[in-house]
Amino acid sequence: MEEKIISAGFGGQGVLLIGKILALAGLSDGKQVSWVPSYGPEMRGGTANCTVIISSSEISSPLAPMPDSIIIMNKPSLEAFEPLLRKGGLLVMNSSLIDVKPKRSDIKAFSVPANDIAEKDAGNVKAANMVMLGAYAALSDSVSMDSVKKALEGEMKGEKQKFLPVNMKALELGAAAAKKK
Amino acid sequence: MQKMLMEGNEAVAESALRAGCTHYFGYPITPQTELSEYLAREMPKRKDCFFMQAESEIAAINMVLGASSAGARAMTSSSGPGISLKQEGISYIAACSLPCVIVNMERGGPGLGNIAPSQADYFQAVKGGGHGDYRLIVLAPNSVQELADLTVDAFDLADKYRNPVMILGDGLLGQMMESVEFKKSSKNDVSKKTWATRGAKGRKPNIINSLYLNPVELEQVNLKLQEKYREIEKNEKRCEFYEMEDAEYAIVAFGIMSRIAKSVVNEARQKGIKAGLIRPITLWPFPSKKIAGAAEKTKAFIVTELNAGQMVEDVRLAVNGKKPVHFIGRLGGMLLTPQQLMEKLEEVAK
Repeated sequence: MEEKIISAGFGGQGVLLIGKILALAGLSDGKQVSWVPSYGPEMRGGTANCTVIISSSEISSPLAPMPDSIIIMNKPSLEAFEPLLRKGGLLVMNSSLIDVKPKRSDIKAFSVPANDIAEKDAGNVKAANMVMLGAYAALSDSVSMDSVKKALEGEMKGEKQKFLPVNMKALELGAAAAKKK
Repeated sequence: MQKMLMEGNEAVAESALRAGCTHYFGYPITPQTELSEYLAREMPKRKDCFFMQAESEIAAINMVLGASSAGARAMTSSSGPGISLKQEGISYIAACSLPCVIVNMERGGPGLGNIAPSQADYFQAVKGGGHGDYRLIVLAPNSVQELADLTVDAFDLADKYRNPVMILGDGLLGQMMESVEFKKSSKNDVSKKTWATRGAKGRKPNIINSLYLNPVELEQVNLKLQEKYREIEKNEKRCEFYEMEDAEYAIVAFGIMSRIAKSVVNEARQKGIKAGLIRPITLWPFPSKKIAGAAEKTKAFIVTELNAGQMVEDVRLAVNGKKPVHFIGRLGGMLLTPQQLMEKLEEVAK
């Protein structure tokens, strides 16, 4: 099994953290993992992305010219990465900020209003990335939800622990939204 | 020991501490700054460690010279333009036969270039970027795990041969995260460094110097260095062969490009093309004999690098005209895609 994922959005939306938690979850599932950030001179408001690979065997190239799944948090990223997704691949997109439908019909597309769910139901719009991650984890077999939760707990320790409840709630709401479909 | 998820730059830093590195001098530059950042955080917590952000790259490498002279395990790190600034100091360190570790996480060049991954500093690292007849031992890891492992080896090799060792990575390797396990460690054995300038109480003073105005004397110094380099060439060549047993086409790649090449070898095998990978791990000493041996069996070589063709010259010297040696690369911080390499392989295999 090998799953190549690209997580993309605006800088500041937490797309790199989505990737890091996926990689940590894969690691605790006993898989090989790699995480490659977009390495441009990025800034808040600019675009950012990362590539994560979770594999049951050695990872050769850490890059993903044709990803299996894409987690898309804004419109410019949809335009950039939808064409790269492999046929039959999974697209999870943030419909709160993307007012268009995916162009392709040969992919599995799933919309989640991540900003709305994060703001209204989880209590903080900044947790929109965790809504997206929860939805992805529920839709994909590449990581277990338990491992994702464990990884999130591991990331939000010490000073960051106060952010754990809202992020955990956002994660669960994202998963619930995905399961409804 | 549990596997951790860690960035390449941080893995080098952690591994340096586990290798007994007590002195670090650097100046920030993307894409290696996380290495300095890690040590700036960790070194002050340890009694025996000394971290300094120097006023420039030139100052940093000369501080390394000083710390190493006094017997410490010392390191500096930078990227392209910063490594260029260090060349004078590196030549002095080599001339003085001092051990140290220098990390270059290459970025796009020439000039100020950009901060994207590149392998365009191969010549500088391997052929001697500074002046005079000297050699660095150059290690080229291709994963976060190997960055960690080779950092420990780098300190040991530097002490063993009293020679500077360079770890040649790139911006991608430095900034990507992978699982890593810190299996290796090492210690600085100062008692063996009888040449170090640690206070001459009860013995004749040691002098560390690279100025020999008398050419007769300087030739002797050079001959001793050359003798050491032959010894390193004899003992320290490292190379990985992948799917080479029955390979008709050998792809030769180092560092991050070897990862992309490996995925192409796997894909080619599925298509029925008998491809294999030769990965030099030491860029100097270069594993020439291994490559010459492969030239007896394969039909052709394809060298792939993130530069305009640098290691390919060493491959051609090793192959010595026996088989065709092709090249494909990308420049200025661009990455070669597996698809581009596959197309090149199919063209050669036609």
